[in-house]
Amino acid sequence: MTFLLVFWEFFKTGLFAIGGGLATIPFLMRMAENHNWFTTEELSNMIAVSESTPGPIGINMATYVGYSVGSESFGVVGGILGGILATTALVLPSLVIIMIIAGFLQKFRQNSLIEKTFFCLRPATIGMLAVSLIAMMSPLFFNPNGCGYFECFNLKAILLFAALLFGILKFKKHPIIYLAIGAVAGIIFKF
Amino acid sequence: MKTLLKLYGLFFKIGIMTFGGGYAMLPILERELAEKRKYVTMEEIMDYFAVGQCTPGIIAVNTATFIGFKRKGVLGGIFATVGVVTPSLIIITLLASALKLVAHNEIVKNAFAGISVAVCALIVQAILKLVKSGIKDALTFGIALASFSASYFLGASPIIVILISAVVGVIAKSILDKAEAKKKNKEEAK
Repeated sequence: MTFLLVFWEFFKTGLFAIGGGLATIPFLMRMAENHNWFTTEELSNMIAVSESTPGPIGINMATYVGYSVGSESFGVVGGILGGILATTALVLPSLVIIMIIAGFLQKFRQNSLIEKTFFCLRPATIGMLAVSLIAMMSPLFFNPNGCGYFECFNLKAILLFAALLFGILKFKKHPIIYLAIGAVAGIIFKF
Repeated sequence: MKTLLKLYGLFFKIGIMTFGGGYAMLPILERELAEKRKYVTMEEIMDYFAVGQCTPGIIAVNTATFIGFKRKGVLGGIFATVGVVTPSLIIITLLASALKLVAHNEIVKNAFAGISVAVCALIVQAILKLVKSGIKDALTFGIALASFSASYFLGASPIIVILISAVVGVIAKSILDKAEAKKKNKEEAK
């Protein structure tokens, strides 16, 4: 039953997530809320691993989520099956859609109705991605237990975030560098 | 069959070399498919990319499906797609099972806590990039704000948000285009 549900959830994601791998994050967030398959913290770990390994991020995340859901109840074999299932479900809708479109690519590009439809999808993705970001940031930046004057905030995390964001926007190096810095800082300062 | 396996192998290689998002794939596609093999022209790759961005699914995978389909029809599309996702399946599965074993280690936990902070910073950057290319006027700004509110305050599902945005896009853009045409007509009449 879990496997059917995994397939269905990722099929929906593949059908409605428009604009690449990061556009799937709001859908994964939704899965975390609805199914208790993983927490938002685990999700941000999965995103980190997906960004720093070869392969398209969206596919990596699907494989990872599928693996962790499957292995939860059926061990390694269940994990492998879950990973394959989630990935297949994610690419299935686009596989069919792209092959249909490929026949009349030029017409598709010039069709004004399609252009209009997609006009508002990118802003919609921006809004949803911002919500996912807040959900991922709150457990990192706010102390869940104990709230005095300053204990409310996790200052270490906020400082690291500010430093990394500055670096990312200023130097535009590959993401893996910032993830590595985050890992080292996490170990040294005991996050 | 030989061509199909070749397509699979080629996209397997491209899958391994894609690090990060779909755009990271562009230079590799250009070298492997346009320069070395002349399967497609660079213009075609850009076309596939443009369409891949506004169709459902992962951009990198969509581009693979396009090129595979163009070379060898439906089977070609399937082989190219399976090829581009195979490295992810293998690498992530191995990594996920290994990470599970050490997940409770204190050092690993601390490392991942730090990494999570970096992920948040990277997502901020991704959002800023999207804002630059996606928010052009009051309408697109309004849509972003509305989708944020619907998702944050009402807990609307992403599917609903996407569907409503598509409908609003068609209606609003039609009205805007009409208004612009009218203005143009008036100017011409003068």
